[in-house]
Amino acid sequence: MIEKRFPAALDQLESVQMFVLEQLKGHTYSERTRAQLDVAVEEIFVNIARYAYPPDQPGWALIRCRVEEEPPRIIVQFVDRGVPFDPLAKKDADITLSAEERQIGGLGILMVKRSMDQVEYTYEDGQNVLTLTKNI
Amino acid sequence: MTITKKMDHTALTLFLEGRLDTTTSPQLEGELAASLDGVTQLTLDMEQLSYLSSAGLRVILSAQKRMNKQGRMVVRHVNETIMEVFEVTGFVDILTIES
Repeated sequence: MIEKRFPAALDQLESVQMFVLEQLKGHTYSERTRAQLDVAVEEIFVNIARYAYPPDQPGWALIRCRVEEEPPRIIVQFVDRGVPFDPLAKKDADITLSAEERQIGGLGILMVKRSMDQVEYTYEDGQNVLTLTKNI
Repeated sequence: MTITKKMDHTALTLFLEGRLDTTTSPQLEGELAASLDGVTQLTLDMEQLSYLSSAGLRVILSAQKRMNKQGRMVVRHVNETIMEVFEVTGFVDILTIES
């Protein structure tokens, strides 16, 4: 696994997305896969940047990546030492409500769940570990 | 993201170009807050929009809610990538999407 530590801050988003996509250099993948991966990385990283650490105690997020050949897929892991938070624990956002009744919360994680092939969460040794697997 | 405005009486068209994400969505939010007074028809042209995340959806939803009160809103020229986001999140049922 290749890993890199980023400050858990919104201005790091582009660097994090670039870091993940760099791991796919030399692999063939569709524009759709790229877009889905980009969105998933944004949704997860932004959650960490916004909510994992108290505003006066900024923290970090460790991003680990591995590309596997058989089957071809990328695994992206987000590790932080912030408050324990399982984004998979909440019920899916209700996407059948009218505009007026719509709540915006939960749409990000819904997109992640629908676009990734596997999403796993564990809390271990004081760390949130969220693992995305995407077939490419 | 680049936003180009076209105003025709009370019809406003915003041409969105680039990425509508966590970093850029406040820009669209600000543009809408500054421009929507008296507008009865809002068109969001997404022909040049390449990327949309939930941060962008939040702004689009609030624009739709506001336009429900004062007129109508149309989203047009949505590419495949963006359309998939609208489908997965059920926004296809909330928005008026034209080709």
